[in-house]
Amino acid sequence: MTRLAMTRLELRDVRKSFGALDVLSGVSLDVREGEFVSILGPSGAGKSTLFQLLTGAIKGEGEMRFDGAPLDDHGGRFAFMPQRDALMPWRRVIDNATLGLEVQGMKRRAARLRVAPLFAAFGLAGFERAWPAELSGGMRQRAALLRTVVQERDMLLLDEPFGALDALTRAAMQRWLETMWQANRWTALLITHDVREAVLLSDRIYVLSARPARVVAEVAVPLPRPRGGSAALAREAAAIETGILDTLLGETNSPTGETR
Amino acid sequence: MAVVFDPLREGGISSPRNPLVNSEDRDDGQSPPQKGRSAFAKTCTNLAPAGISFALLLIAWELYACLGGIAPTVLPAPSRVLAQAWENRAALAENTLPTLRATLCGFACSLAAAFILSVLVDFVAPLRRALLPLLIASQTLPLVAIAPLVVLWFGFGLLPKILLVALVTFFPMMVALVEGYASTSNEIARMLAAMGAGRRRIFWAARLPSALPYFFAGLRISITYAVVGAIFAEYAGAAKGLGIYMLSAKNNFRPDLVLAAVAVSSALTLGLFGLAVLAQRLAMPWERAGREDGPSSKGRP
Ligand SMILES: Nc1ncnc2c1ncn2[C@@H]1O[C@H](COP(=O)(O)OP(=O)(O)OP(=O)(O)O)[C@@H](O)[C@H]1O
Ligand SMILES: [Mg+2]
Repeated sequence: MTRLAMTRLELRDVRKSFGALDVLSGVSLDVREGEFVSILGPSGAGKSTLFQLLTGAIKGEGEMRFDGAPLDDHGGRFAFMPQRDALMPWRRVIDNATLGLEVQGMKRRAARLRVAPLFAAFGLAGFERAWPAELSGGMRQRAALLRTVVQERDMLLLDEPFGALDALTRAAMQRWLETMWQANRWTALLITHDVREAVLLSDRIYVLSARPARVVAEVAVPLPRPRGGSAALAREAAAIETGILDTLLGETNSPTGETR
Repeated sequence: MAVVFDPLREGGISSPRNPLVNSEDRDDGQSPPQKGRSAFAKTCTNLAPAGISFALLLIAWELYACLGGIAPTVLPAPSRVLAQAWENRAALAENTLPTLRATLCGFACSLAAAFILSVLVDFVAPLRRALLPLLIASQTLPLVAIAPLVVLWFGFGLLPKILLVALVTFFPMMVALVEGYASTSNEIARMLAAMGAGRRRIFWAARLPSALPYFFAGLRISITYAVVGAIFAEYAGAAKGLGIYMLSAKNNFRPDLVLAAVAVSSALTLGLFGLAVLAQRLAMPWERAGREDGPSSKGRP
């Protein structure tokens, strides 16, 4: 199904260095319409740098296309969720959620009306008027995700949304995100260094090498959804995870090309 | 892209039994009514030790002045200061008003100037490099030497007092604001930029709120200088005011009246400080929300 879908984001040989420090050395990847793609790589590989290139915060070399057109005008394409939740402590949860809409020019009242009905689905009902400091870690992450998806951009960029959570909360959040994704079919690009998370959530996974980063493997995950609670899928998922881990760990000793 | 939700599927997420939403969090967010009273009680408990030590100091002073055989023209007892203050209340009040006016006008000007300049400096980087050294240099001026000159240049009216109050109060607020803007989290600024926000939007939505804690710290320091600055200006020359009142009381060998005026100026400063704290509470309600929260949500990595 996803095979036939139209390609939205296309990166060809994207490079970036900070002075003498080579961070990205030729990253190429595609994301299709309605597809959930993960980027998996060791810490410090340059994953967040890739998102900064996409959102236009920094400039690099190489080709970046969206719907076939060069990605010059970055505005309007991506809804970006930063690595730390970046909730504004001085805004109530609901006003954090409306931030993107307000920046787009919507009046705060209208934006609140638009966002309020979504609080239940994000497990935040009753916390509209709370301050971010009053939320638990998982709730903060969901609030940040809510702020991201209500922008209704073409594509979600999620930078390690659950990286800072404890293992139990993270597992619950991953299953929750899978459910949400199934209901909404966002086109999404997720950064993570959690192999299990990538396999649970993704249609495809790009495995990056350590810095300077390049794609060392592209792994399709053809498992049916929902994958969360299913024991039958666990073995197949585990096999894929092992394969990816081997690639990640072996990559430092013997640099390999594409392994599928 | 539309956002669609399946209520049957998502229903479980918001139910109270969901492990994601633990009951502690719910209580925290939904029981604000008692906060007001407990906060008042807490304030009283916090102030009690200071009140006791202050009272003890006064008692020791009173005993020393009465039993030590010291002339009231050298060290008057607190009771005498109080009695004389009451007797001269009309003159004291008459001299307090100009000081208060100079303080408030000077401080308001200083606040406005600090804000406007901090914004300019934040938006125009070359201006920062041009202005900040100048401002730091302004803080090296000795007030004792500068005050008579300012009076000489601008006369005995309100203007020289406003200028001197502004001179001593401007810097802490300006520095606090500039540093506060710089403390804005990169992540928040970058996210706003990715949303399509421009420089000005980022300033209002992120840089200014980020600067608030810094600003109020600067404000609290500044406000304690303000009354003293006004009194200094009056010392150098004024028709009316606590400064000139102290000066003439001293020249008439009335240390009790000097101390009475000092007590009034301290009370003014404390009052203004209290107002600053109150303003901070009103302007930053989220700050207390964060502090009253248990370690459960703050203790994460
Ligand atoms: N603005 C910058 N200037 C200089 N070096 C930078 C800059 N931003 C990132 N780097 C460097 O680029 C490298 C990659 O950083 P990046 O944040 O992209 O890593 P990451 O893959 O997201 O890591 P993590 O998984 O820990 O978040 C790091 O070595 C970092 O020091
Ligand atoms: Mg990162």
